Amino acid sequence: MVGAMNDSAIAASGLRKAYKDKVVLDGVDLDVRTGTVFALLGPNGAGKTTTVHVLTTLLAPDAGKAVVAGHDVATETKAVRAAIGVTGQFASVDDLLTGEENLLMTADLLHLPRAEGRRIAGRLLDRFDLAGSAGKLVASYSGGMRRKLDLAMTLVGKPRIIFLDEPTTGLDPRSRRTMWQIIRELVADGTTIFLTTQYLQEADELAGRIAVLDQGRLVAEGTADELKRRVPGGHVRLRFTSREELDAAARVLPGSTRDDEELTLRVPGDGGVRSLRALLERLDTHAVEVGELSVHTPDLDDVFFALTGHGNKEVSAR
Amino acid sequence: MNAFSAFLADSATMVRRDFRHTMRNPLTLFNAVFVPVFVMFLMVHVFGGAFDVGADYVDYATPGLIIMTIGYGIGPTATAVNSDMTTGFINRLRVMDVSRAAVLNAHVIAIMLRTMVAIAIIIGVAVLLGFRPAASLPQWLGAIGIVALTVLAIGWLTVASGLAAKTPEGAGLAGVPLMLLPFLSSAFVPAETMGPGARQFAEYQPFTSIIETLRGLLSGTPSAGPAITAVAWCAGLTLVGYLWARRTFTKRA
Repeated sequence: MVGAMNDSAIAASGLRKAYKDKVVLDGVDLDVRTGTVFALLGPNGAGKTTTVHVLTTLLAPDAGKAVVAGHDVATETKAVRAAIGVTGQFASVDDLLTGEENLLMTADLLHLPRAEGRRIAGRLLDRFDLAGSAGKLVASYSGGMRRKLDLAMTLVGKPRIIFLDEPTTGLDPRSRRTMWQIIRELVADGTTIFLTTQYLQEADELAGRIAVLDQGRLVAEGTADELKRRVPGGHVRLRFTSREELDAAARVLPGSTRDDEELTLRVPGDGGVRSLRALLERLDTHAVEVGELSVHTPDLDDVFFALTGHGNKEVSAR
Repeated sequence: MNAFSAFLADSATMVRRDFRHTMRNPLTLFNAVFVPVFVMFLMVHVFGGAFDVGADYVDYATPGLIIMTIGYGIGPTATAVNSDMTTGFINRLRVMDVSRAAVLNAHVIAIMLRTMVAIAIIIGVAVLLGFRPAASLPQWLGAIGIVALTVLAIGWLTVASGLAAKTPEGAGLAGVPLMLLPFLSSAFVPAETMGPGARQFAEYQPFTSIIETLRGLLSGTPSAGPAITAVAWCAGLTLVGYLWARRTFTKRA
């Protein structure tokens, strides 16, 4: 299955990892298309970082196979490493070097010619709005600046696939938006992004596809909309202009919940075209005039709760 | 670029990084140079007059102070190794295919360079205080050799303990025993003048044979007995530190 997908940037099947008797990954399958953003969503301890470590050659799985950029992570480590960049959960920058020195050191470690290293470092500093602090020690940088520098260091090697392990954890809302913007630009350039996050909003904003990881197992996968449709809690809200219309509608739509104050009726449903059409036809047949109609799909918080069967404190707090 | 020249280039990059760390961390320089100089003043100028060791005290104490200097320079390296590990910096290096050897060797090389500079300064200060070594050129080379072996052993133990520690703060403690052990050796007074217990400990701990060897070489009267013991200690400790570091690196990184 793995070899057959040639536009897969990342393909994994049956990844397992356990530490002593604690199972961290319990058979994870992944398929990430080239040039897309894939979000691995889950609470702390779900196995997100372990997944990243396996896919980035840092950790050998107990079982399963992973192919990244067309190379097996277990046997073609060098080729995989040449194609990927990783930005870890903590900004792994050197505090006692300046921003520019961090980038130049990275260029040196990638064995780039000195002049090219300087050129790339200068460009990245400009791009990430760090040029003004390029000569300052990183110890004096803010959290957002450190994350940006961290990502810039990852980009020195021009990786085709980038792994971002919780790239915005601990950032203030503004820095988070900046980071999102940078990630969008990377994707626009054709880079594949594998993102882990505990923030539903982040996955919703950035990712084409989302997989929900819980206790080492993928409990759902799909687009944000597909995931939302999978859980109950969706409804159609009808607003009426008079009490009489509301009464009439409530009579023909059993199972709905009325709000007399607001003159609204809440009709459970998935918001799909078919059920919507049926609903409108029914109202038409009974000559009920609707003032306003809105479809409410559950947000990812609902999804998370429904899929994992337990809340996610960090997630719902956001 | 072949694997070996890549390894050399990476080692050089990492050593450059460590060198910048040293220059930018005032505490590192302070600990590595000024504390030993202070201890030298204290031992030679303040207490030394009261010690009778059968020789000029500065000549007696300088070899011990040279070895002691090693212990004062290593704390920051242990901390740095540990924070590289805990912040994911090592993972970044691994994904960039920087070899384990380049990462670890660079720290040991940096300790070596830093310590040698600090020791040169200490010897300079000792000379100002009246230290007059009687060593011939080969004896000087031997002295440098035994110091280098000692730094190598302590360097690898430092890197290993930095890798093994849970936190950077814990790693910073690695140097403490090495700062204290010389006091329980023949560094400042001969072991035979110590009380029971301390005396046996001083006689058999590695620093005593290393310091005796260095003292013999610098005074122009080397003897083979302590030298063999000292070299054996250094080789053994280097091997232990190296294997411990390798194993911990593989296990934790």
